[in-house]
Amino acid sequence: MKKTISIIAIAILSIASIGAVMSSSEWSEREDEERYEKEYESDDHEDGSFRGAWLESREDVRLVENETYQTECGGCHFAYQPGLLPGKDWESIMDSLVEHYGDDASLDELQATEIRGYLLNNAAERARLSRARAFSAGSASGDILPRITTTRYFRREHSEIPARVVRGNAEVGSFSNCQACHRTADAGIYNEHQVLIPGFGKWDD
Amino acid sequence: MKMKISFGIAGLVATGMAYGSAVNLIEGYRNTGAGPFSPDAGRSAWTHEHHSSSGVDTRSCASCHGTDLTQPGRHVKTGKPIEPMAFSVNSARLTDPKKVEKWFRRNCRWTLGRECTPQEKGDFIQFMTTP
Repeated sequence: MKKTISIIAIAILSIASIGAVMSSSEWSEREDEERYEKEYESDDHEDGSFRGAWLESREDVRLVENETYQTECGGCHFAYQPGLLPGKDWESIMDSLVEHYGDDASLDELQATEIRGYLLNNAAERARLSRARAFSAGSASGDILPRITTTRYFRREHSEIPARVVRGNAEVGSFSNCQACHRTADAGIYNEHQVLIPGFGKWDD
Repeated sequence: MKMKISFGIAGLVATGMAYGSAVNLIEGYRNTGAGPFSPDAGRSAWTHEHHSSSGVDTRSCASCHGTDLTQPGRHVKTGKPIEPMAFSVNSARLTDPKKVEKWFRRNCRWTLGRECTPQEKGDFIQFMTTP
């Protein structure tokens, strides 16, 4: 009897604590950090060595895990993690690969289907990691094609970066060139402590 | 002309593993009625400037790959480094026929505004495989 009561008590407490985490819907850096902690600990796709090496800087967008995507899309540009755009935006991009931001990025049907599926399954609104979730609002511009750099979250995060250190900087050239400043972008780590703007140094605000 | 062709083939032989794939590609183009192929024709087409469809810029293969194929290139828009195209320094080139055709399709459409002919593709391959 005593045992049953303690089991019930533990169950109630667990549900309550889950509820407390779930209800923290307000966006703030601190909650963001806490959420990283919880989600990081529950992540099962990383090995111990990665965890040790990046103890202070955990991935906040899920890594690229599809080889076809990495090869085909990463052949010309940084392989942006699927969590950086919502599914509807990835759909628009996949629907117009022949006119891909001024380039022809056409794929054969088999590869296109695989990549589309991968992007949609891992798009921002499906992501568990919090920074990726912040991208789920998507592109706010009336541009022909959606861009990560025109999403509300991206613009807010980069609003204090002067154009001269990016567009006016030959080593960066464009806000689309993530890894030029976010040295750990390919590891899915975008926090500002990792930022190093070529020719200007660290950026910490 | 014959000498140039044998020179090109000698280049293919020298690269060992890639030999089969590149020869098969050349044979495939020959079977469509194209040929003979020449590295010099490939070289001059490589740097030929084409107007983009918008007319605001001109582009050539060298826009991204550079003029010295033994050196790495750089994507003209994204800045992403591109491994050297020359067989002599990059033996992974031309080993996968599907990959070769995919890049010919994409890059010829971007550069020339149309797909390349078997003649042009054969010339480019001769150019890339001539040390």
